[in-house]
Amino acid sequence: MSDTKKPQSAVQTTGHAWDGDIQEFNNPLPNWWLWAFYATVVFAVVYWIFYPAWPVGSSYTTGVMNNITFVDSDGTEKTMHWNTRALLLKDLQEGKSATLSREYLEKVQGADYETILGDAEMMAFTRSMAVGLFGDNCMPCHGAGGGGVMGLFPNLADDDWLWGGTVEDIQTTISDGRYGFMPSFRETFNDQQLDDVAAYVLSLSGQETDSASAQRGKRLFQTSAGGCYYCHGTDGKGMKSQGSANLTDQIWTIADVPGADAPAQKRAAVKAVVANGVQRTMPHWSDRLDKTQIKLLTVYVHELGGGQ
Amino acid sequence: MTDSASQVLYQARIPIYPRSVKGRFRTLKWGILTFAYGVYFLLPWLRWERNAGPDQAVLFDIADRKFYLFDLVMHAQDLFWLTGFLLVAALLLFFVTSIAGRVFCGYFCFQTLWTDLYLLIERLVQGDRVARIRLDKSPWTANKFLRKVLTHILWLAAAFLTGLTFTLYWGNAPELIVEWFTGKAPFAAYATTLFLTITTYVMAGLAREQVCTYMCPYARFQSVMFDEDTRIVAYDVARGEGKAGRHKVTRDLKTLEQRQQQGVGECIDCGYCVQVCPTGIDIRNGLQVQCISCALCIDACDTIMGSLGWDKGLIRYTSEKQAEGKESRILKPKTIAYGLVLLAAIAALLWGVSNQAPLEMSVVQVRQPLFVRLSDGRVQNSYELHIENKTDQPLKLAIMMRGLAGAELDVGKLSSVEIGPQRSLRVHARVRWNSGNRHKGSRSFEFDLIPQTQPEIGMISAPATFYMPGGDS
Repeated sequence: MSDTKKPQSAVQTTGHAWDGDIQEFNNPLPNWWLWAFYATVVFAVVYWIFYPAWPVGSSYTTGVMNNITFVDSDGTEKTMHWNTRALLLKDLQEGKSATLSREYLEKVQGADYETILGDAEMMAFTRSMAVGLFGDNCMPCHGAGGGGVMGLFPNLADDDWLWGGTVEDIQTTISDGRYGFMPSFRETFNDQQLDDVAAYVLSLSGQETDSASAQRGKRLFQTSAGGCYYCHGTDGKGMKSQGSANLTDQIWTIADVPGADAPAQKRAAVKAVVANGVQRTMPHWSDRLDKTQIKLLTVYVHELGGGQ
Repeated sequence: MTDSASQVLYQARIPIYPRSVKGRFRTLKWGILTFAYGVYFLLPWLRWERNAGPDQAVLFDIADRKFYLFDLVMHAQDLFWLTGFLLVAALLLFFVTSIAGRVFCGYFCFQTLWTDLYLLIERLVQGDRVARIRLDKSPWTANKFLRKVLTHILWLAAAFLTGLTFTLYWGNAPELIVEWFTGKAPFAAYATTLFLTITTYVMAGLAREQVCTYMCPYARFQSVMFDEDTRIVAYDVARGEGKAGRHKVTRDLKTLEQRQQQGVGECIDCGYCVQVCPTGIDIRNGLQVQCISCALCIDACDTIMGSLGWDKGLIRYTSEKQAEGKESRILKPKTIAYGLVLLAAIAALLWGVSNQAPLEMSVVQVRQPLFVRLSDGRVQNSYELHIENKTDQPLKLAIMMRGLAGAELDVGKLSSVEIGPQRSLRVHARVRWNSGNRHKGSRSFEFDLIPQTQPEIGMISAPATFYMPGGDS
């Protein structure tokens, strides 16, 4: 389309000249570009009027759009100038998903545990809500999926419940907290006796041990010499009221028996627990979490390990 | 200013004033336009009874990730149908183009349809071609100003209706339109309406044929699909030009005999075919990239030929071979190949749509913790089952597992799982197993879902993996 006959050096000059022949070229912007620039200037002015824009001292101009009204999480109604934080708060209170989840929450609040546990939809909702609560409050100790930490914090995903695994027990544990205590036997037993008790404890759950040593340990365990049975029971099955561990099952929360390779290592692990004792505290959450939150967490924890 | 002129970088648009025409193709185009507008503007208002879900016949529900098309409900997982649909559309375009040229451009393209509407508005307000040219050249008077303003107001109104209607497909139309006008609609509704209003106004009102010529990619690659057998709108050069070329009707050149004696063709050079062309080309110069095959020049030429009492079809649909008097084939290897691929794509899409699973399940293993040792020495793995009921009835389902001998499945106190119509649900399931020492590492098994209320759906399964920690405990 270009016309080859037209001069190619078609550049405007401003008409200025220096040193005789140095000219100042004039390459004006395209008109549409210039008008687009003016439009941005107009836009900016309109924007200042409507929206927060200029810092003024420790405050700022808020603009005339003072129409974001929302109900705060504590129930007070607020009207704010336009800002994304207010929009978010409004959406968190009045948005579609917020309304929907509030409806569900009310349903869960009104239902008893039996109903919730038997209703797939309520369970799904409870889990989705509780994952966040668990992550905020419980995860630092019990791990993201309730897996616990060997020797420190119990595993909530297994079927062993030190303080009971019914929903009522779990709710009490969360709201009131628990204090787990086993005395240190370092002063009571000598080294030989510690070995014997450890051997007996290992034999309770069918671990390979020196049977003579285990027999001696059994006497210490079941008599007032050691008094272990006060808490763990004569059969070693533990007591829910004390939070004492069932020593006959395959679950080890403090002595890392499954992680040990040789029988000697296993015995050393158990021996250390007997010698040092146990002191574990689960804080109470009734001050920090409300009843609904505790309910959600109770159902969630119950489901993790299958409950009782 | 100096003596040097500004360099010309691009050619300014030459205004086109298409003239109105009557004829069979124009009638056909009005028919298609009426039908297309009828569908587009009324479809959101069509109600459709459903057991579950909105009662709008066509609704694209982005928030709930469901597309409702009459009795078909598309879920997020079915999105690949869209790929299939686009493939079919593309192949159909190739197929049709190789046979009949740019019939899509001329009759069905929304750019053509909306430009037609805008030209109609323009003609009603400002008059036909001659009147419009005169109006544009005349100085600004109140009359001119009013006519111009009215044209743009009507254009904008048409654009606004187009944009607003488009948004209605994405929400419940009767509700959304009230919300729209009371300022309660979502921001996206306003943004979409504004965007489509602007694009419609600019494309159909201001850019018009430039969209077809410069913006549309289809115009660029049509040459690949064209061949000498493709039906195109063409001017019969031999008949129109004769030996001595075209000539206007004069006293000595009035009848066919007179013209033939002097070697003059049948084209009377009236220019009607050029005046009616919406892209402003002269079809007598042969096939051009701007030609959208709208066939209005055929109508124009037929009108003239008819009034002269000569044979119609000086401009007509023909193929390059036909125009040269050779035999032209429609069915040839290329067309057949396009056709076969097209049929295969349609069949695949139909198969996919008609075999939409009424019930779906996917399984995700809980990885924190990956496994848990239980008091009796067994190992427990946990899973999240994601179940989706795509039927419009509530379903009662039993969850089972298979493939791990002696394993126990625990879904808590859920005796059976109930799931509402068009709903999805996540279920937490625990599997307990003692492999003895036979298996370590991962072992595959399957979850089964057995519908109890609608047994005709049949059992569905989803694969899962059981992780068994190493060691001999």
